[in-house]
Amino acid sequence: MTPPTGARDAAAPAPAVHTPAGRSRGARQERRLGLLLCAPAVIVMLAVTAYPIGYALYLSLQRYDLRFPEQAHWVGLANYGAVLTSNFWWQALGVTVLITAVSVAVELVLGLALALVMHRAVFGRGTVRTAVLVPYGIVTVVAAYSWQYAWTPGTGYLAALLPEGSAPLTEQWPAIGLIILAEVWKTTPFMALLLLAGLALVPDETVRAAMVDGATFGQRLRLVILPLMKPAILVALLFRTLDAFRIFDNIYVLTGGSNGTGSVSILGYDNLFTALNLGIGSAISVLIFGCVALIALVFVKLFGAATPGAEPEHR
Amino acid sequence: MSTRHTRALTGWGIANLVVVLYALFPVWWIVALSFKDPSTLSDGDFVPRTWTWTNYRGIFQTSEFTRALVNSIGIAVIATTIAVVLGTMAAYAVARLRFPGKRLLIGVSLLIAMFPPISLVSPLFNIERVLGLFDTWAGLIIPYMTFSLPLAIYTLSAFFREIPWDLEKAAKVDGATPWQAFRLVIAPLAAPGVFTTGILVFIFCWNDFLFAISLTSTISARTVPAAIAFFTGSSQFEQPTGSIAAAAVIITIPIVVFVLLFQRRIVAGLTAGAVKG
Repeated sequence: MTPPTGARDAAAPAPAVHTPAGRSRGARQERRLGLLLCAPAVIVMLAVTAYPIGYALYLSLQRYDLRFPEQAHWVGLANYGAVLTSNFWWQALGVTVLITAVSVAVELVLGLALALVMHRAVFGRGTVRTAVLVPYGIVTVVAAYSWQYAWTPGTGYLAALLPEGSAPLTEQWPAIGLIILAEVWKTTPFMALLLLAGLALVPDETVRAAMVDGATFGQRLRLVILPLMKPAILVALLFRTLDAFRIFDNIYVLTGGSNGTGSVSILGYDNLFTALNLGIGSAISVLIFGCVALIALVFVKLFGAATPGAEPEHR
Repeated sequence: MSTRHTRALTGWGIANLVVVLYALFPVWWIVALSFKDPSTLSDGDFVPRTWTWTNYRGIFQTSEFTRALVNSIGIAVIATTIAVVLGTMAAYAVARLRFPGKRLLIGVSLLIAMFPPISLVSPLFNIERVLGLFDTWAGLIIPYMTFSLPLAIYTLSAFFREIPWDLEKAAKVDGATPWQAFRLVIAPLAAPGVFTTGILVFIFCWNDFLFAISLTSTISARTVPAAIAFFTGSSQFEQPTGSIAAAAVIITIPIVVFVLLFQRRIVAGLTAGAVKG
């Protein structure tokens, strides 16, 4: 270390950092560093989402057929009119809402049960946790193919259990049921892990006190554990609802969206890559974005779901 | 041991067993299919009558699969690296520094975590065609790293909050240079969190299907999940079931390895970001 030399150092009072001026310089440097460190991440995120969604908004106001790109022209809100008056959109929206609502509800119940098992597991905790992480980590398309083959007559062990001649994936309601099953299988573990973390925050003494007071297991769960877990439950529900609303992979592989099983994401994909209609496809993209924003708003405003990370500023 | 205790133990044991079976049941079926002989593929047997490597040999002979595997690994590794580096910088700032716009950053990443990817597919498809990024590695790396950044920032900032940063000061008092303090004290403490985040981000990129089928058109950038969906049988009368099953098992292997080796950390990483808030 070189000893401090030079007039400036000598002139500066030794406890410089403790003077108000010094602190504010430190704070300013800290602020600069903070902004500098965040800038790349923020720029990337905005450039790849905000700009394209704006561009989608612009594209959605044009008649734009990819087969005849030179004929693209401004049509105003006509694409939205076409989508919103079409049965396909409402059918897909209905299917998406149904799949979202049912799968998230089932996942919440199963996930809670799973979390309780993992929380109380006296032995084999590691094994259970490892097993549960497999559905979380596995590629959705892989799992979807496994389910698809299992339920297809000819290749499937599950189809073999059904009465002769039934092909559940080719009928609307059974197919939707199986899509929900595949979705629930894949994502319940994630829900369970989030709930498990919430469960760990419930103080043991409180639960034991309720037990001493003679509360049954059901009462303890309903009156003590669940209310204390409310923040964790809301976060898990918010994440999973938005995730389920975007469902694409499972449907693409299981039914391809045929027989009235397509979600809004499938509809958007088909309009873009099968019908090659960029205008209509973009209008659907913008509408889906609107739906997702609405769901998030409802969760945050109505249920008061705490946005993760939005903790009080402290260090 | 009292009978009541034994019974409770058995009950939980059975519950554990049910959970394990639930998790592994569909996985087993795709493994079983992948080892079946083409002639017995459609027998519906739960366990293959004869085990064979035919399907695996078959897919490794086509560039359709091997090229896709290279694409998958390359794209996921590069996207993960960039996302983790940018995420580490931002998360350090979020966890340790005081600066305006912190809430904005958190808000923006939350918005992006919830963003429906399909909404980006049509504009990105057009933008990437114009920029010449369509059907290239970069064309997939860009959306992947963007969508994994919120995950990286949340997880890492939760990990960084746990680090006892005073140790850095203590090391400096003991005469360490800032670089030594970072390399010998802080880096070893931060490494597990960074590593875990890397695994989670990798799983995310590895899993993607929608971008992979929308933003590629040939084997030059198509990843395995997308390639599987475009597999054709060796003749037009043959279903590609065996090939799909074998390819599916291959891309499941890294996930299973990660889960087996790092389950404790993965669980910590998954829950840290969501609950600590």
